[in-house]
Amino acid sequence: MTKMIYLDNAATTKVDESVKQVMLPFFDEVYGNASSLYVFGQRAKEKLEDARAMVAKCLNAQPREIYFTSGGSESDNWAIMSAAQWGTRQNKKHIISTTFEHHAVLHTLRKLEKQGFEVTYLPVNANGIVKVDDLKKTIRDDTCLVTVMFANNEIGTIQPIAEIGKLCREKKILFHTDAVQAAGHVAIDVMAMNIDLLSMSSHKFHGPKGVGALYVRQGVVLTNLIEGGAQERGKRAGTENLPGIYGMAVALKNAVAEMKTVAARETKLRDKLFAALSKIPHSAINGDAATRLPNNFNMCFEGIEGESLLLLLDDAGICASSGSACTSGSLDPSHVLLAIGRPHEVAHGSLRLSLSKYTTEEEIDFVIKKVPEIVDYLRKMSPVWDELEKGVRKHAL
Amino acid sequence: MLYSEKVMDHFRNPRNVGEIKDADGIGEVGNAKCGDIMRMYIKVKDNIITDVKFMTFGCGSAIATSSMATELIKGKSLDEALTLTNQAVVEALDGLPAYKLHCSVLAEEAVKAAIKDYYDKHQIAYDIEKYCMGDCACCAHAHDEFDAR
Repeated sequence: MTKMIYLDNAATTKVDESVKQVMLPFFDEVYGNASSLYVFGQRAKEKLEDARAMVAKCLNAQPREIYFTSGGSESDNWAIMSAAQWGTRQNKKHIISTTFEHHAVLHTLRKLEKQGFEVTYLPVNANGIVKVDDLKKTIRDDTCLVTVMFANNEIGTIQPIAEIGKLCREKKILFHTDAVQAAGHVAIDVMAMNIDLLSMSSHKFHGPKGVGALYVRQGVVLTNLIEGGAQERGKRAGTENLPGIYGMAVALKNAVAEMKTVAARETKLRDKLFAALSKIPHSAINGDAATRLPNNFNMCFEGIEGESLLLLLDDAGICASSGSACTSGSLDPSHVLLAIGRPHEVAHGSLRLSLSKYTTEEEIDFVIKKVPEIVDYLRKMSPVWDELEKGVRKHAL
Repeated sequence: MLYSEKVMDHFRNPRNVGEIKDADGIGEVGNAKCGDIMRMYIKVKDNIITDVKFMTFGCGSAIATSSMATELIKGKSLDEALTLTNQAVVEALDGLPAYKLHCSVLAEEAVKAAIKDYYDKHQIAYDIEKYCMGDCACCAHAHDEFDAR
């Protein structure tokens, strides 16, 4: 077995050593309950508020606008359910989203549809970017919420968040963005971008798992998610996960501080991958090649199926991801790849590689050597490829 | 581990991969849209399957079940090969995850489709009810409307 090459950082990341170190004292030194009144508890409370201030600063928000959660999915659920409650009170029960959101958003919207909400799902361009003009046309008098992801989790395309925010603010519609893939990777300014609600998850930027945050612009009313205590301004009961919260805050601070250098490095390596693997015949880049997260690579290779590709990459020590049905446990390929217009049979043959600051050029060079070999091997045993080559079936790529 | 050692062995080192140019029967089942297609070639002499090869587009278990199915029918009579069940393929592979069982169904159907093609080409009578027609509706596929949207 060769050394592991981890290229699935959109799934989760390694906790930075520096982050791990700042977390440790919270397990056996500063372990007091932040709700306790004695000094030992209040020391924990101070650290909790330091963490809140750090996260707020990274987003250009106020500390009181940051709520700690268990992660991105909870933040998405909470933001959307809160906006829906506000909408119900205003008798506004129309929500606008996109076809390629994360399921934490889509499934929450699905639940609201069953409760009488109407949801418009905006299509995305072939390049994986929503058109603000389409949004403009779908806004109605009873629209209470627009929820559009900051950057897509599969294809990494970055959405016109500032433009959407400006439009929503003008129309007095709440704007939520799922920034789980974007936070710590691209610059976010909730004030300048007119964002009302923003979800993030710690483990996507070298922080620990099981912790996230929801930014809530002052004045936006949250529903109570968990009853039973005064934590998080009485909106989310439960003793705070201080090691996780503090770890996330430091991880985000670090990520923002080194964002430019990391992004430049990742972009260079990512583009090297695109240039090399685009030479594979009948392949295509998924999503806009430039307006995307610096660490996201996603391509389709015609005539092969993604799970087989992943298993063989795993044998070579490479951890990767695919939008094929078989890797999702469902029978349909990625809804994101279908949303950008890839036919089912092509979407099954996708490969996502997501880099990190730890990715080396040697690792990328090894991937550039391995992927074409494996694609070629799988194509040789593929009846679909056979038909494409013989002209029985038409190439889509 | 997602798959048993046996599945991984048949996935990594598939037996009988390829094409038989002068095959006596060719069966193709599945659908590229669903993410798996199996094509099976058989050579038949005196009612015995003397050679078998396959080509598969699909996941690890699709490739492994195809490989195992070819091993199980090679050298067998057509009647014996027709008794091959998906369960037998699964057992020979030391099991499959529940959501991958349809791959074994496809493998069984590919064998039957190849034999049916042999019978058709040689105008041998058979009971049509016993054979998959090679379309997606034959297998257990159900598509989640929501995820497709």
